[in-house]
Amino acid sequence: MNAPTDGSGRWGWRFTCVMTLLVYVFMFAPIAATVVLSFNASMFGGFPITGFSLHWYEVLMQNENVLAAFRTSLWIALLTAALTTAVGIGAALALVRFDFPGKSSVNTLAILPALVPETILGVGLLVMIKAIDQPRSYFILLLGHILLALPFVVLVIQARLIGIRRVYEDAALSLGATRGSTFREITLPLLMPAVFASVLLAFTISFDNTTASLFWRPAGVETMPTQILAMLKVSISPEVNALGTLMIAITIGVPLIGGIAAGALSGLKTRRSKMGD
Amino acid sequence: MTAATGWSINDRRLAWALAAPTVILIILLMIVPIVVMAAYTFFTFVTAGVEEATFTLANWQEFLADSYYHGFLFKTVRVGLVTAIICALVGYFPAYYIWATDFRHKWLLLLLLIVPFWISFTIRTFSWIHILGEQGLINATLLQLGLITEPLRLLYTEAAVIMGLVHFLLPYMILNVYVSLEGIDRSLILAARSMGCTSAQAFREVTLPLSLPGLAAGLLLCFVLAAGSYVTPQLLGGPRDALFGNLIYDTIMGQLNWPLGATLSIVLFLLLGFVAVAYSRYMGLSQIMKGMGA
Repeated sequence: MNAPTDGSGRWGWRFTCVMTLLVYVFMFAPIAATVVLSFNASMFGGFPITGFSLHWYEVLMQNENVLAAFRTSLWIALLTAALTTAVGIGAALALVRFDFPGKSSVNTLAILPALVPETILGVGLLVMIKAIDQPRSYFILLLGHILLALPFVVLVIQARLIGIRRVYEDAALSLGATRGSTFREITLPLLMPAVFASVLLAFTISFDNTTASLFWRPAGVETMPTQILAMLKVSISPEVNALGTLMIAITIGVPLIGGIAAGALSGLKTRRSKMGD
Repeated sequence: MTAATGWSINDRRLAWALAAPTVILIILLMIVPIVVMAAYTFFTFVTAGVEEATFTLANWQEFLADSYYHGFLFKTVRVGLVTAIICALVGYFPAYYIWATDFRHKWLLLLLLIVPFWISFTIRTFSWIHILGEQGLINATLLQLGLITEPLRLLYTEAAVIMGLVHFLLPYMILNVYVSLEGIDRSLILAARSMGCTSAQAFREVTLPLSLPGLAAGLLLCFVLAAGSYVTPQLLGGPRDALFGNLIYDTIMGQLNWPLGATLSIVLFLLLGFVAVAYSRYMGLSQIMKGMGA
């Protein structure tokens, strides 16, 4: 599809180009401001810029609360990523590879948590554990994060699984492989890019989650985002900017490296499967 | 052909065993809690943090009688609608551009739309303070140029909240519209053009109508997510710009009035659920799933 060449279309196209550029500027300007300001020597978190300094990163590295929140978030996110992916693979297999009564209900149920606002999921789980007299705990926080990540993991794995033709599995089975070893030797390797993607996705969903975590976290415990919220209540300090910049570096860096690795992996796979065709 | 090897697509027991963990988790962590929450709306509030399981309609009466709550509800719906419509009007352009461009590195434009999902939502939101705040980019620039003598009040307003929400929700809208555009058979547009349509006419008569499902899915997602937001009004709005999510949080975590908090949550749930059901009756949920899968 090419850009239009007639009169009104050309103007429309130019306007579209300008709007697109503005949207991208709009998306990234505030984030760029935060990154730039984190290197500001000023005592205050805002403009003007008075000089380059890494001082606020040093201050940050000595902040025990921040380090504790980071460790908490890291553990919860790692566990969420592993468990959600394992559970999600099962559901995706059932939904793509089988026909069973109630399938469409299971399909709807699996994406439902993504459509219910976090505030409601947050309050709901909290009211339930209060009703059965349980305290808020790390376990509840972990379960909650699994709930939030599950729909996205199921969708990602489902999308890839639809693309993997059943003939490979059928071939293995007809050659006498058991179901278990067919899954291990054929399905799982072909599914690897999606598994990778969902581990990353679940990790970021958990690591970033704010609203629901405010309801679920055990008393006195902060996760990374709730720690940032607590710091912002005091003031916009340059320390918060430094923390934000570090988080951006981590959360963009990890999926980027992961994405390149997964891309290389799936490139290898498609080449192999093309040879097979 | 495959039945002989034991791999049957009709093997119900295996299918349910695979799906069971997901089904159980979602029922236990979402469905049951919402039912419990609905029951809680009839509990009696005694004092902060304490309630009795005696039946009362007091919570519902309080919500239905007090215009304080209605005001919050209307404001939340208004902010949600305005946000969704701005996202649609602004987001259509980049979606169309990415779809129609000959630019070789189209993937980069799509990647840039996904990058914000990787950046902490809290950080993206508080970044706006650097643009709109008293020491923000806009005020600092205007002061420097001598155009104003006092910083303008841009932050802690409803406009700032809407801007933060648009910033958060635009990628959802753009990706939904883009997925819808990608599904259009391009020969239809060529056909319209060869029949003598101008490119503007072809857009109006063919491309736009065929992309409406994506636009509608984007509108629903943006509305639901905006109306359920908590962090954005908290960080970018003043006390008067709080939305329903903030009201629920304060009722439960601040006043410790759990029955009323549950009532307010159920109200928000019913409102957004009603919108989503009305939508899926006309469009089905498949479009939303397509958008999320992208």
